[in-house]
Formats: sequence, C-alpha cells, structure tokens
Amino acid sequence: MIHLEPAGAEALLLVLAEKPDAALPPRIAWLAERVRQALGERVVDLVPGMTSLLIHYDLLRCDQQSLATRLTPLLEEWMALQAVTAAQARLHELPVCYDGDDLLAVAQACRLTVDEVIRLHAAGDYQVAAIGFAPGFAYLGELDPRLALPRRATPRLRVPAGSLAIAERQTAIYPQASPGGWHLLGRCPLRLFDAAQTPPSPLAVGDRVRFLAIDAGDFERLAESS
Amino acid sequence: MSALEVLRPGTQSLLQDAGRRGWQHLGLSPAGPLDLHAAAWANHLLGNPWGTPLLEVCMGDLQLRAELDTWVAVCGADLPIERDGEPLRNWSRFPLHAGQTLRLGFARSGVRAYLAVAGGFVTQPVLGSVACQLREGLGGLDGCGQALRAGDRLRCKAAVLTGTASVPWPYVPDYRCPALLRVIVGGDAVEFVEDELQGFFERDWQVAEADRMGVRLLGEPMQAPRRQWSQGVADGAIQLPPDGQPIILMADRQTMGGYPLIGWLHPLDHARLAQCPTRHRLRFTPVSLGDAQAELREFYHFFGKP
Repeated sequence: MIHLEPAGAEALLLVLAEKPDAALPPRIAWLAERVRQALGERVVDLVPGMTSLLIHYDLLRCDQQSLATRLTPLLEEWMALQAVTAAQARLHELPVCYDGDDLLAVAQACRLTVDEVIRLHAAGDYQVAAIGFAPGFAYLGELDPRLALPRRATPRLRVPAGSLAIAERQTAIYPQASPGGWHLLGRCPLRLFDAAQTPPSPLAVGDRVRFLAIDAGDFERLAESS
Repeated sequence: MSALEVLRPGTQSLLQDAGRRGWQHLGLSPAGPLDLHAAAWANHLLGNPWGTPLLEVCMGDLQLRAELDTWVAVCGADLPIERDGEPLRNWSRFPLHAGQTLRLGFARSGVRAYLAVAGGFVTQPVLGSVACQLREGLGGLDGCGQALRAGDRLRCKAAVLTGTASVPWPYVPDYRCPALLRVIVGGDAVEFVEDELQGFFERDWQVAEADRMGVRLLGEPMQAPRRQWSQGVADGAIQLPPDGQPIILMADRQTMGGYPLIGWLHPLDHARLAQCPTRHRLRFTPVSLGDAQAELREFYHFFGKP
C-alpha cells in the first residue's frame, strides 16, 4: 500500500496512507525530517500532504532509482514507527480576540450563542494537518463538530491578515491579507508569516496549537509589540 | 550603483531568477521565469550564470534609460526593440550606452519577453531569491512583490563585451503556430476512463485564461475521477477540477492541491505554453518520463545549471 510514484520529471510522491487521521501529521513531519537528512542536497523541496510526502528533487544530483534505494530503509523505519508521541510535538499558544465579522452568523447557523461559539473554539486542542494555500497558512484540525459549517457561498475578496477563521472541520489564521471563503471568528495579533524571520512561519506540520482568548486592549498591546 | 531607469514599466514586468527554492513546505510557490527557454538564452547570450536576475516583460511596452555603459539581451515574445529609435533584433545581445533609451513595443506574437543585462540586476533577495511573486508579496525590487513601476531603478554594473551574438535560428520558436505540448502521463491517470484519457490527447484545446499561477484550458469537458486528499503538487501538474476543464499549474502555483491529475507537462514545454495568449490552440501528446528527464538534464547542462 505504501508506495513511491513519479510526480513529473523532478518530483517523487510517497503515498503513505489511504486516508488522513490525527496520528499522521506528526509521523509525516518525522519522515520529512529523516528524508531531508538522508538526501541532503538532492532534495529541493519537501511538501507534506494529508496522506503523502512530495519530494521535489534535483535532477542533476540523483535519479529516481538512486532515490528509491535511499528511501526504502526510511520507509521501513516509518512502518515500524507506531506513533510520534504528543510530547514530541511543539505546542503553540496563540492569543485571539474573538470579535470576527461572522461570529453572530456562525452562532445562528450552528444554533449556539456567541459565547458558546467562542468557548467551543477556544477549548479545542488543534494540530497542524498541512500548510499550503498561502505562505504560512496552516490547516488546523479538528474543529468541534458543533462548529462545522460549509465555506461561505461567496468568498470575500479580501480577508485581513491575522483573521481567525473556520470552515468544515478546520480552523486557520490567515497570515497575510488574501481572498478567502472561511467564516471569520476573530483576530490574532501575532505575525504568522514574516520573510525576515527565521523561520518565516512558527508553525510546522504536526505541531499542536491552542487559542487563548484576549480582549481588544490586549490585542492592541500585542499587535504593537509583534 | 548605476542603473537602468524605468521610464515605462510595461503591462507587468517582473524581476525573476532561478526561483525561491526550499520553502514549499511553508506554502511558498517556487516562482521564477515562466519561459525557462527564453530566460536561459537571454542570460546565456551575455555569459551570465544560470538564474541571474532578469526581467520578465509581459506583453511588452517597456522603456528604460541607461545611466551606464552595459550590454543587454532580449529573448522570447516577438516585439519591436529600439535603441534610441534604431531597430534591433530579438534573440540577440547588443550594447547599451549611458544616456541611451531602450524601448520594447507590444508583443506581436508570444506573450513574455526576457530582458537580461550583463552581470544581472542587483537587489536584495527575499528567502534566497529576487523572484517577484505578486500574490505572496515577496521579491522584486523592493522585496514586497511589486511589479516594475515608472521611476524604479534597476541597479546593475557597467560591462564591456566583445561583439554581438544571437541565438541560432533552430532554437528560436515561432509562437504563431499551434502548440503541441508533451505530457508525462501519471498521477490519477489510471483512474480515468480509458476513452477520457485518449480524448485528452485527441482533442483540440484552447487557452481560456492564463496567468503566472496557471493556465485554464477550454475544450470538450472531461469526466474527472474522484478528488484526492490534498497533496503536494509539482510544476506543470495538469489538474482536472469538477467542471472538466483542465488547469496546468505554472511557476506561481500553490504548493498543494486536491484535484485529480492527468499528468505533468514536459518541463521544457512550459516555455511554449507561457507564450500562448488567450484562445491560442493547443494539442497534447504523451512523452515518457525517461525521455523527458534525459532532455531536461541536457538542457540544464548546456546552460550550466549548478
């Protein structure tokens, strides 16, 4: 079932599972790190997916056969690896001011009060399932089923940077202003993507995230100092 | 440092280099020139190393004034080139002296021209690259992903080269011809109904919409197999969204996707697709992975990719 397949002339896809589950992101992050160490300069980019790992490789430094030979022992290790324990995953606590434009609409659609929406969202213990869509945009799961809503029928043309949003069973913070179809619950004062920082984004696949509710005053203070 | 001063910025002129590599795990697209063939030749004509920063000029209408003596090369889209009113040939290099004005007119065929300067344009890279990514707000002259604007200064060093040089004619494409693009079949291709895949190669397609992120095709809709779990995507991936009109991912693509894939464009045929305007006719033909890789390696070796 686990297998390697070409993904164009300069990439190889490791298919690691049939469907996503909560144990996969930290394991895929672990494998990505091992692949990075084992392949060194042969790797150009590594992209963890929900059930896979895409390896963009340097065609002038290797070929598919030599990569497969190097990857086989790592995949055997991967299969023997039962779980990466929660203690190994980094925990981020992100302050959030719950005053988003869609808070009331979400409460109504979910037949909850605004306070219940905030309480349910802030009580979640989330995991970075994937990073994509935009620089530093982390898909966090899993959202409480009582808050699950389809995406907005019409996406917003501009969602401000720092917006905390939900859709389906996922939540995320928009690191940069961009178009977006998710429901806005609040704002995070921290910069989640900054090209001048190392690393540019604090979140990595497999990391854990919790939200801390703050008021507008705390938001202003933190926004100024970040 | 002296510079080429931007008098007219053109429709969309972007600084590009070999691209922003090593950041896709954070959702950053690789960027870089859409037409690698023309970009590589422009640098090669000047003796610049692989990936030296140059300008990708979309549709043309660019005007620059030199503050120093240097050499310039233009390759790609067929457009009028004038140095102080004197016409010059595309796919070649020529000197540009302090005080002279270089003008690129509107593209007559093809879409993107590449303007390289001896030694390359000098600016601060962002995450290892000057490649200008408009959506992400990264790279370019100011580092914030801005297209060229009037009054910008493209800093570069003075240079003296001996004699003009041109790209040999067999390597100069005719962008007016319908494009035949090669495809490495794979991804979810086995999941497609046999006739559907055959139909993809037998039918005529048109460019419906094209930008640096991707090219949406228009033709008789195909039937897509079921969606995949979101996974990393590679350059040239041919996605099939539910409306049955394929999308080919280009340099400013997203890093992940969930649509079923027919396969990937031959990396050297991105160059041809990048020069197709809206409504241009396209056809596809399969190529083996081994053949595509061998040809790509040869291309990289010729242009001295490190």
